[in-house]
Amino acid sequence: MHLAYPAVLSALLFCTGVYGVLARRNAILVLMSVELMLNAVNLNLVAFDVWLSRTAEETLHSGQALTLFTIAIAAAEIGIGLAIVLAVYRNRGTSDIDKLRDTAEGHGSGTDGDAPAAEKAEATA
Amino acid sequence: MTTTTLAVLVPLLPFLGAVAGLLLGRTAPGFVRPLAVLPTLTAFVLAVLVAVRQGGDAAVDAATELTPTGSVPVYLALHIDGFAALVAVLVGLVASCVQIYSTGYLRDDPRYPSYAALVSLFTSAMLLVVYSGDLIVLLVGWEVMGICSYFLVGHYWETPEARAASLKAFLVTKLGDVPFLIGLFALGTDAGSFRITRVLGTVAHGGLDHPTVIALLLLAGVAGKSAQFPLHTWLPDAMAGPTPVSALIHAATMVAAGVYFIARLLPVFEASAAAMVVMAVMAAVTMTGSGLAALAQDDIKRVLAYSTIGQLGYMTGALAVGDRGAAVFHLLSHGAFKALLFLAAGVVIHAAGTNSLAAMSRMSGLRDRVPDAYWTMTVALLALAAIPPFSGFFSKESVLGAAEHVTAGHTGHVPAATGWIVLVAGLVTAFLTAAYATRLWLLAFRGHGAQAPDHGRQPLTMTVVLWVLAVPSLALGGLAYRTLPDWFDGGDLAPTLTTSVLGTGVALIGGLVTYAAWRHLTGLAARVPLGAVAAHPEGDAGQVEAEAIATHAPAYGDVASAPDPADPGRLLLGPLHRHAAVGFHLDAVYTALFVRPVLAGASLVRFLDREVVETYVRGAGVLPRWLGAAVRRAQTGNVQTYVSALLAGTVVLAVAAVLVATGA
Repeated sequence: MHLAYPAVLSALLFCTGVYGVLARRNAILVLMSVELMLNAVNLNLVAFDVWLSRTAEETLHSGQALTLFTIAIAAAEIGIGLAIVLAVYRNRGTSDIDKLRDTAEGHGSGTDGDAPAAEKAEATA
Repeated sequence: MTTTTLAVLVPLLPFLGAVAGLLLGRTAPGFVRPLAVLPTLTAFVLAVLVAVRQGGDAAVDAATELTPTGSVPVYLALHIDGFAALVAVLVGLVASCVQIYSTGYLRDDPRYPSYAALVSLFTSAMLLVVYSGDLIVLLVGWEVMGICSYFLVGHYWETPEARAASLKAFLVTKLGDVPFLIGLFALGTDAGSFRITRVLGTVAHGGLDHPTVIALLLLAGVAGKSAQFPLHTWLPDAMAGPTPVSALIHAATMVAAGVYFIARLLPVFEASAAAMVVMAVMAAVTMTGSGLAALAQDDIKRVLAYSTIGQLGYMTGALAVGDRGAAVFHLLSHGAFKALLFLAAGVVIHAAGTNSLAAMSRMSGLRDRVPDAYWTMTVALLALAAIPPFSGFFSKESVLGAAEHVTAGHTGHVPAATGWIVLVAGLVTAFLTAAYATRLWLLAFRGHGAQAPDHGRQPLTMTVVLWVLAVPSLALGGLAYRTLPDWFDGGDLAPTLTTSVLGTGVALIGGLVTYAAWRHLTGLAARVPLGAVAAHPEGDAGQVEAEAIATHAPAYGDVASAPDPADPGRLLLGPLHRHAAVGFHLDAVYTALFVRPVLAGASLVRFLDREVVETYVRGAGVLPRWLGAAVRRAQTGNVQTYVSALLAGTVVLAVAAVLVATGA
């Protein structure tokens, strides 16, 4: 099988993931999109490993080994990510990331207290 | 042990005592009193031993180079002649008495450990000045005394008077010390050495290039330290410190350091006739002015302070007529009786609960409450007024005799005019001295009115030292005037007939006039009630005194004087009283000349800093502030916006990298 097929497939998968991360509002769907991106990379790793080890005299298949690592780490990451989303949902009653804007300038309590009020309003506008 | 070793130990022991006292003061309170008293007492014994071994013979000299300076070397040198040996004995005696007295006087004071250590350090510095044979090492002791004086005057730093007084003492003496330092450098450069022996050798061969400039510069430092006009204003204010400090520093030792310094380097001053005339005028103004001011003071310690200034004027006068034997003789006897006067005044203040003479004159029975202080103070006041056969008579007559000797024009290096100035001023001051001594005695001990408050028995440590000091006040002059010339230059110190009759005569007249004025006014005193008394039967003397000083201004309207119409000083001085009470407005002159310009300069600097410099600083901050405000707008809190920006940045970078790689 030619390398172009898996490469194109992985590029499509990655683009779908990027789109999901940028456009989705639900935090769980954003996480799923992150997983898509990861798996696109995994696909690339496996495909290129096979492609490159075909001509080599001897190989460690390090690309495939790295994929296994990535899968394990992705599992852990999604576990933590879902736990955070669950905690946020329980706390706020929503997992819509458009509404989770606590780090926005002007929300915090201690953001430059001595600056003139007009300036602050201008900054948050 | 050799004499040199003993002499080295004399300043060293109190210094070690001070260090140990400062280190152990908090951790081992039981050691504080022995550590304060024993080193000083040992130093006194050693000073006596050194004096006995030296015996007025050839000076003991020892030196080791302290540090190579590249130009004029500095030596750790001893130069012990008769003057040094005897003055060290006086310093040791007074310091020991003061340390013993302080254990009773500041019995309950929480800051006693640091106080005692500072007194020891002060004693050590004074002994260093006395023994040092090198001018730079002498300067070290001189400045250490200045800073110790600052700390000790400010001992009651809770009161604003004490804080102001300590600052004033420090600043005014420093005003003299700056020219003093320059004078020392000029002298060392001219003589090629800071060793006193070499300096004197150079002077003897006429090797000084600028004698007048050097002498006047040194005189400024001496005026500051020895409280001579016009730098004397710190001394009366320094009475805000505890009484033992006044006795040690402001009567017997530190203020004597200036006089002693001139006595050591008298040939340097004699090399310039102008300097001698300036010194004589300074002494005359100091003497008479302080005598008048002392008559108008209400605080018993301020009377004694002005009296100290006047007696120091006598010593300076003796130096101005070139007789350092008479000057140091008066220094010794004055040190003894003035220390006694101050210590006795401390007892009186404690017993009376006030430092105001006006209040004391409305109390009866004060002399029965403190019989020791009464009798010893009587002796000391007679010595102060120079009534024969007390020691002050002999020493003062030696000064007047020296002045009279010069008026006859027998001495080549001193102008006859200085002799006349000193003699006339000395006689006028003898009159004034007797007058204020009589006034002090009458007002303090011959009061009429309510019974004096009972403050309990005075501690034994406070009364015994009074009698110890009463012995030299009574007998030093009569016993010593024949033997002292062997220790000094050999000049005759015996009183001459003319000056004795004149001096004693004016003193008696002064005393009698004051007595008459007092008798004239006793009826009036009973009709004008006055006085505020601090009653702390359980408090120690230091606490009573601190309270008395703090309440004087609120109770009588001024720290120095009281509106007492029954004051004999008021009658004697007449319209002059108002000016004499405030020290002839010298403080006001200083305020106009120095304080106001400095304050105006300070407010100008403040304006420049606040309004000009700060504007530039604020302006520099404006641009970063705007940039920050612009950047803050990007912080929307939406993670997806951030990621979009990240992606866009990555794409741009990747495209750029590709373009660069392909060489487009």
